[in-house]
Amino acid sequence: MNDTLANTEKKTAYILTLPAVLLVFSIILFPIFANIWISFKEVELKDIRIPEPRAKKIVKSISDDPSKIKILYKLRNSSLIQEIRDVSFQDNFPKNFEIENLDPRCSFKKYNLKCEFGNWPAKYRENFQVIFATNDGSKIDKKKLKSIKPKLDGKSDNILLNTNFTLKNFKKVLFENEFVDLLLTTFYYTFFGTVGSIVFGILTAQMVNQKFYGRTFMRSVLLFPYVAPVVALAYTWELLLDPNSGTLNSLLLNYKIIETPINLLGQKYIEISILGFDFKLRLALTTVIMFEIWRYFPLAFLFILARLQAIPKELYEAADVDGASPFQKFFNITLPQITAVISILFMIRFIWNFNKFEDVFLLTGGASGTRTLPINVYQQGFAISDIGMGSAVSIVIVVLLLMFMFFYFKLLGKRVDEN
Amino acid sequence: MRTKNTILFSLISTFFLIFLISIWKILATLQGLSINSFNIEIIFTFGLLISLAHLGIGDIIKSIYKSIIFSAIFVFCDGYLIQKLPIWYNVGVFLILYFFTNKISKYTFIGLKEEHSTQVILFDFLTLFGILFFSFVILFPFYMMLVTSFKTQIALLVNPLDFSINFGQDIKDLFKSYFVIFKSYKFGKYIVTSTIVSVGTVIITLLFAIPAAYAVARLNFFGKTFLSTSILIIYMFPAIVLVIPLYTIFSQLGLRNSIEGLLIVYTATTLPVAIYMLQGYFKSIPKELEEAAILDKLSWFGIITKIIIPLSIPAISSVALYVFMIAWNEFLFSLMFLDNPNSFTLSRAIQYLSGDAETPRQYLMAGSVVVTLPVLFIFVYFEKYLVSGLTAGSVKG
Repeated sequence: MNDTLANTEKKTAYILTLPAVLLVFSIILFPIFANIWISFKEVELKDIRIPEPRAKKIVKSISDDPSKIKILYKLRNSSLIQEIRDVSFQDNFPKNFEIENLDPRCSFKKYNLKCEFGNWPAKYRENFQVIFATNDGSKIDKKKLKSIKPKLDGKSDNILLNTNFTLKNFKKVLFENEFVDLLLTTFYYTFFGTVGSIVFGILTAQMVNQKFYGRTFMRSVLLFPYVAPVVALAYTWELLLDPNSGTLNSLLLNYKIIETPINLLGQKYIEISILGFDFKLRLALTTVIMFEIWRYFPLAFLFILARLQAIPKELYEAADVDGASPFQKFFNITLPQITAVISILFMIRFIWNFNKFEDVFLLTGGASGTRTLPINVYQQGFAISDIGMGSAVSIVIVVLLLMFMFFYFKLLGKRVDEN
Repeated sequence: MRTKNTILFSLISTFFLIFLISIWKILATLQGLSINSFNIEIIFTFGLLISLAHLGIGDIIKSIYKSIIFSAIFVFCDGYLIQKLPIWYNVGVFLILYFFTNKISKYTFIGLKEEHSTQVILFDFLTLFGILFFSFVILFPFYMMLVTSFKTQIALLVNPLDFSINFGQDIKDLFKSYFVIFKSYKFGKYIVTSTIVSVGTVIITLLFAIPAAYAVARLNFFGKTFLSTSILIIYMFPAIVLVIPLYTIFSQLGLRNSIEGLLIVYTATTLPVAIYMLQGYFKSIPKELEEAAILDKLSWFGIITKIIIPLSIPAISSVALYVFMIAWNEFLFSLMFLDNPNSFTLSRAIQYLSGDAETPRQYLMAGSVVVTLPVLFIFVYFEKYLVSGLTAGSVKG
């Protein structure tokens, strides 16, 4: 009895979870494995279109004879690079039609024209012509004839499914792609974006955790950059920072703080001298990181605020009795209480920043020293149209991510053991 | 100790005043006033004088009168220095000064003697400064987005700092950018597409997620732990690595440029969060209710529709709003999968619009306002639900 109950429970569980699991696996897990497959192939964007046999039907009347008609099929292979094998052709005609000239490749039975065209090489074109006459001499309705579409079929190799593999993509990614520069840029972007958003998150959470008028409103406002669509925000920032007529540059010029406009999103380096030391700051990258921090510190804020509100008040009351200063309270009570949340946040944000594509893409498109790994996936795959290369870069991203997760959990596991 | 505290107090409050006045001046400049300098030295001197005078006068005068007097003096001097400014600017300065003097009125000369008073002052002012600073930094781009959409190309060329809106003009001229994007750029159609895609994603996600979440929360089956951990791991996986394989598969299946294609991808990417959030809530529903239902010979389907769903309406609506926002804001997949203007979503349409260098920026901003407003509206209106959801699942982004 119990056994059957457990069995039905199992069965129901599988039925209930199956749709979701299937969908997620086919759209998320399968592509990750497909990436591995594609990354070992030489595939370009144009190769992934499946070659199709096509026919354009042109109906022409024959002068002096309304009961006869000429039909011209413009046949072609849609692919410029691949052959189509065993092309077959079919078209239907009204019941009173008789064929005048039958091509040896074709047969006409039951008002159905069938042809076997054999193999079509790449770029193949042919003008195929048939003449019909009505057996009762009635007039032919050209429109109706045109509305019947021929059916074509053929076999072709799918370049993605053959078993020719190459290591070329990975060689290119690792040795010809300014790989070190790419890694460094991604790392700067990810690391400073993460740290910045956490620091601002702590500051704002500490701020909102105090009582003041309009506190709930402030909490909503702080989340605006996080919930608003990235497209709108990126273009607004671009407009604010534009060197020619952007608001920021106009303001700075107006107050005579700068003399020439600064191209914050288009300039790779800016020379800065602090205390006599000259160094080059990566300007566009810094701006993009600022945007990143601006957009994602709300998440850190929300997590940390939730944690702050859970800290027992007695701790602070006890500290007050001991005469602790606000800073002592912050460093000795608040900070230790939020380290766990910060370490989780660091991981989540690090991973997501590492994969961030939209923000950089919309702000700079990866130009002026802001090319990160995800941007490179897009550039290789769609701008240069090299799908194989794009996949190889994706694989590099996945491998780096797995490495990061591994080290993170190892480190975290050690910490837990020590306690 | 007291001298040190006095100096620190006046310096900190002065910097705060400079910050307040500077923000006001920036906002005034953006209304087209010609203010070419912050006059920081003068405000600095004034700030110091006011805070010292405040400490010096102490309780001799009532604090309201004190505030009014200080503010009036400041406004008078400021107005004298930068002449020909409209009344509203000076009223603003007056209010800022009034606010400022009110804020410092709680500090007294005697209070400064106390231990940690420097840190208390610093903390208080940093909090105040933070609130204003962050409000400004966050709201400023949104403000500029909105104001720019009401300007014309010529007006912005004449004075790139004049963002004042002329409410006197005809409604048609005021909302010209909006009329244009709806008429010439088919934004009405994009709104419909975006809405269909987002609402569709919500419905399909819930249909798939509720049963799955119920199974994970309640039933015992082989592979349950594996499933719930893999949900979280999949959630961490980046969309960018899915793009190329999905693009190739969708091209071959003819799913590109179709709403169905987007629906499939959006549902798959939001499902893990939805399941994770829902199963957490389902676990909190008392088991006894279901046990009673099993005795009543209710099937699993009956339990879900008659017990679980009615009891978890708050959680389900929070997930729904949330998935809606993700789908509405999504950009990467719509960029990859849509290249035919007839099937664009709002985000993709705005990006397409910006690709043409000729597009005037006020159209771009009007489009941005159109795509942003629904989300902000939903967020502010349902904030309570959403914030709990955000912390539980944390929207991917």
